[in-house]
Amino acid sequence: MLRFTVRRLAQLVLVVVVLSMLLFGWLRLLPGGPVSALLGDRATPEARAQLEAQLGMDQPLIVQYWKFLERAVSGDFGTSTGVQRGTPALEVFLTRFPATLELSILALLLAVAVGVPLGYLAARRRGTWLDNLTITSSLVGVAVPVFFSAFLLKYVFAIELGVLPVSGRQDTGIDATRVTGFYILDGLLTREFDAAWNALVHLVLPAIALATIPFAVIFRITRAAVLDVVDEDYVRTARAKGLSAMVVRTRHVLHNAMLPVVTTIGLQTGALLAGAVLTERVFNISGIGQAVAIGFQRKDFPVLQVVILAAAMVYVLVNLLVDLTYALIDPRLRTR
Amino acid sequence: MSRAPSTGRGARRRFVTAGLAAALTVSLAACAESERDAAGGGEGGTLTFGAAGAPNLFDPFYASDGETFRVTRQIMEGLVGFKPGTADVEPELATEWTHSPDGTDWTFTLREGVKFHDGTDFNAAAVCANFERWYHQTGAGQNQALSYYWIENFGGFADGQQPSLYESCEASNPTTVTVHLTRATSKFPDLLGLPSFSMQSPTAMETYRANDVRAQGDSFVYPEYAKSHPTGTGPFTFTGYDQGNGTITLSRNEDYWGEKAKLDELIFRIIPDETVRKQELQAGSIDGYDFPNAADLQSLRDAGNNVMVRDPFNIMYLGITQKNNPALQDLRVRQALAYAVDRETLVQAALPDGAEVATQFYPDTVDGYAEDVQEYPHDPERARQLLAEAGHPDLTVNFYWPTEVTRPYMPDPQGIYNSLAEDLRAVGITVNPVSKPWNGGYIDDVDNARADLFLLGWTGDYNTPDNFIGTFFGTTTNRFHTASSPWGEDLAAQLRAADSEPDENRRDAMYQDINRRLLSEYLPAVPLSHSPPAIVVSPEVEGLVPSPLTAEEFASVSISR
Amino acid sequence: MVTKTQRIDALSDSGVSLTASAWRRLKRSPVFLVGASIIGLFVLVAVTAPLLAPHDPALRLLEDQVSRADNVIPPPQDGYPLGGDQYGRDLFSRLLLGSQQTLLVAVLATVIGLGGGLLLGILAGAFGGWVDSVVMRAVDVMLSVPSLLLAVSIGALFASQTQFTVILAVAIVQVPIFARLLRGTMLAQRSSDHVLAARALGIKEGAIVFRHMLPNALGPVIVQSTLVLAVAIIDAAALSFLGLGAADDSIPEWGQMLGGAQNIIDSHPQLAFWPAGCIIVVALGFTLVGESLRDALDPKRRR
Repeated sequence: MLRFTVRRLAQLVLVVVVLSMLLFGWLRLLPGGPVSALLGDRATPEARAQLEAQLGMDQPLIVQYWKFLERAVSGDFGTSTGVQRGTPALEVFLTRFPATLELSILALLLAVAVGVPLGYLAARRRGTWLDNLTITSSLVGVAVPVFFSAFLLKYVFAIELGVLPVSGRQDTGIDATRVTGFYILDGLLTREFDAAWNALVHLVLPAIALATIPFAVIFRITRAAVLDVVDEDYVRTARAKGLSAMVVRTRHVLHNAMLPVVTTIGLQTGALLAGAVLTERVFNISGIGQAVAIGFQRKDFPVLQVVILAAAMVYVLVNLLVDLTYALIDPRLRTR
Repeated sequence: MSRAPSTGRGARRRFVTAGLAAALTVSLAACAESERDAAGGGEGGTLTFGAAGAPNLFDPFYASDGETFRVTRQIMEGLVGFKPGTADVEPELATEWTHSPDGTDWTFTLREGVKFHDGTDFNAAAVCANFERWYHQTGAGQNQALSYYWIENFGGFADGQQPSLYESCEASNPTTVTVHLTRATSKFPDLLGLPSFSMQSPTAMETYRANDVRAQGDSFVYPEYAKSHPTGTGPFTFTGYDQGNGTITLSRNEDYWGEKAKLDELIFRIIPDETVRKQELQAGSIDGYDFPNAADLQSLRDAGNNVMVRDPFNIMYLGITQKNNPALQDLRVRQALAYAVDRETLVQAALPDGAEVATQFYPDTVDGYAEDVQEYPHDPERARQLLAEAGHPDLTVNFYWPTEVTRPYMPDPQGIYNSLAEDLRAVGITVNPVSKPWNGGYIDDVDNARADLFLLGWTGDYNTPDNFIGTFFGTTTNRFHTASSPWGEDLAAQLRAADSEPDENRRDAMYQDINRRLLSEYLPAVPLSHSPPAIVVSPEVEGLVPSPLTAEEFASVSISR
Repeated sequence: MVTKTQRIDALSDSGVSLTASAWRRLKRSPVFLVGASIIGLFVLVAVTAPLLAPHDPALRLLEDQVSRADNVIPPPQDGYPLGGDQYGRDLFSRLLLGSQQTLLVAVLATVIGLGGGLLLGILAGAFGGWVDSVVMRAVDVMLSVPSLLLAVSIGALFASQTQFTVILAVAIVQVPIFARLLRGTMLAQRSSDHVLAARALGIKEGAIVFRHMLPNALGPVIVQSTLVLAVAIIDAAALSFLGLGAADDSIPEWGQMLGGAQNIIDSHPQLAFWPAGCIIVVALGFTLVGESLRDALDPKRRR
């Protein structure tokens, strides 16, 4: 178990180091660069050259990377040039990540809450109209671009019916205390329940829109896993032993079918973060997705570096956690 | 009631009417105000305004972006200000000023009894402290990315590497200050109304190390002052910036020297997406926003909102770079381009309500506007003929247009490009489109004179011709590369001479002459249009006076809810 | 409970080849039939679009009916069944011809993604050892970046965005997915009986890879490719939505039409709804076919 964890952690370090190098070189290949973004459309070529020299961008790439590493070791990942100019890139990430995480977690919970029971149901009724209908509708969710479903939801519930907020994380009138940056959690911690409720209400539509991405996969995997498990020997044995259908379903079928579902959730982290980029834009949530979108537009290298690296780390870490959970559930895997 | 005057096409000197309407608006609002007061209250409340982007920082001296200025304009004031609804200078922290005959010594009489938000007295010493702070910038502070407006208007710094317009500041007594310049310029004192030259508290700047800006790594590191302690004399004080929720909160300055702000709180909520801003206004969670999409104006009005179309104070032009394509050095070819484009259709199909065809390089509200410039009506036949005469019937051009951007003067670059390219093709010109992201190579390429034709424009900072044509053609190796033509240097010299002329009437005549030549003899670019940017507020909001400089002040604004 | 008839089915299956039995099951699957009809219609429209389209999609034929100030775009009228877009071009013709570009984006992105994945997967799966390690760590790095961020990064790399840069951005994101898939199936076969037998017979390593290992990995690859066709269309639309679509819109593409309509979606929803509807139906078609193929080819499902 320990060796397994250590090996995976080493892998994480490797991914981060390689990615940081690739990212560093890559971003500097982008046309334009932060200099024009910083100077705006009124700059003279001389001012541009001067600024490039001041920022050390006229030096060889390898020198720049080395300086970047030196600073990174001391915890300085640069300062934002476009997203939130003058703010340390790490701080930009840290103030924005809770918004994205809050949204993603809620979307994932929704997807699991709907996808798992539906998947189970579809498997039990395999081949029936219910099965075909749920399969097809889960796939419709995949086929609709997430920004379009986000727009539709917003249009119907926020604009036409006016029952849910249009955008943002919290109404400006709410005087909320910030503790962790997770607004729902903050509201609960400080007992400002109206603030928590307001934040939750703001998240309903974005979370539903984003949930369509993991929902289809979770549904399909659950269905397949349940189908696999019902024919396994131990389930037949359990049935033969005369255990009640209910016990067989929950103790044997669902429990064992959950393993692949957990793995899938890990693999969905990347897709969730990607979907968050689009959802945040439609609902104007100031999360990391928005930071990336603005970052590319204004060529904010420090923020892009931190955000993309952090997203990759989150992905690898979540998958590590999933594997560990997996190993805990299924002892056979520990020796591998 | 407080709707802005309609901006009929071709009306000249419309700022007068705008000013009148503004006055009317204010007085009507005041009426409504007093009525409500009689009915018991009505003042106070919170107004939430949808901002299009995050401000870069809160020290306007280091800023050049509209979103920063929108906030600091409420917190800070300059020696001079602009009359609401116009681009004309009026007294603000200085009550009056005089200048020496040669236009180099400017003496300002300061308003008395004014205090900065931190309690520091506003006086002659504070004014000089601000001027000296600007002049003595070092290191990163001298970078154009930070002190753009200083460099653009005053030139160099105390280290003397570049000549500076500023010489010294002299505090004769607490209420009298004299600014010595090295030469006369048409820009003074108007430029002191720019938000960058707002008066800031010397004490607060000292305490929070306002000048401590450094270039580090790939970017700049700003001091505490610029991030969270901007301190001015304005009707609102800075309360806080919640980055997680994207809101900036300002509160009423209870000790303001003039008429106090009506609102208790003014919140700017950052909503980068235009569509979302509109939806939020409709949902009632914001009370107004800037730069509504031209296509939305009618539906916004239908919903009862107050859409105010500002007077246009900008220009969009079809830029011509003479450097790479020798054919473009021929006046007849450039004239052919001017005849080829159908600006009437462009304005109707691609530009917003109130947009108009431009006959010269700045709107008619700016001094030196010439009534009798050569005009270029849509005439494809004439264009073809001119191309043939010049020996370029099969002209080929690289036409640059930007992506990932909209500008108040250029709401839909792709649509505008498509329209113009079709016109040019119609007269037999081969157009190679080159599209690049605004910050991803477009500005670089255009500024380094790599294009043949390009789309660009300008929004005026203040009401002087130099701010428009001086910026465009004052140097010869810029994006137009007028150095490729024999007249390029002449034009630059004429512009310099006009700018340094202290006599207003003579200066006006000089600029008129330059404008006539620009259109008939030089034609370094084809002026296309002036597009008025709009601003919209909900029916509950009263007293907002739209400014052609997009410099709205919220002190006079009230909200009934 | 496994019923008697199912047992008989399973027995009879064992005598039939994998593809034949898969095909037999596909023909009975309503999910597959719906998906296949959608794709068939889509391809048919794409091929015949130039004949069907009444107008040139690039021409602003109705420009005089456009007014930005009054927010007016041309309504449906004689010869223009869906009216014009915000520049006065015929919406119906643009939709029809948009199918061509959309098909092109989907197919090219899938082919390029598959090609790259094939190369890496074969390298890793066929040779194993340090080649495998290096390739798979590279794949790990690529997979760790959320797909859309990777696509956006690649899209932003080009000075000017064209349909090709969109295709490339969408395709590269798929490379590590194909690579991992191929490597997995090939690795599983390295120690399988028929490969060992081939090796014992002295057949060259290259021949083993291409004649014996690759064909057996084909099933999952076909499934994945079908799904990627849908993903490519959706990702291309997402890039357009984020402003990284092809800049020149004289040749229409659905994702780009949808992205370009986002600013006027409130007042003229049809400009977004038509291309969005087309994208959704076609992406659904590919997904339905992909999923039913997966189901049919899965040996566990053979019952």
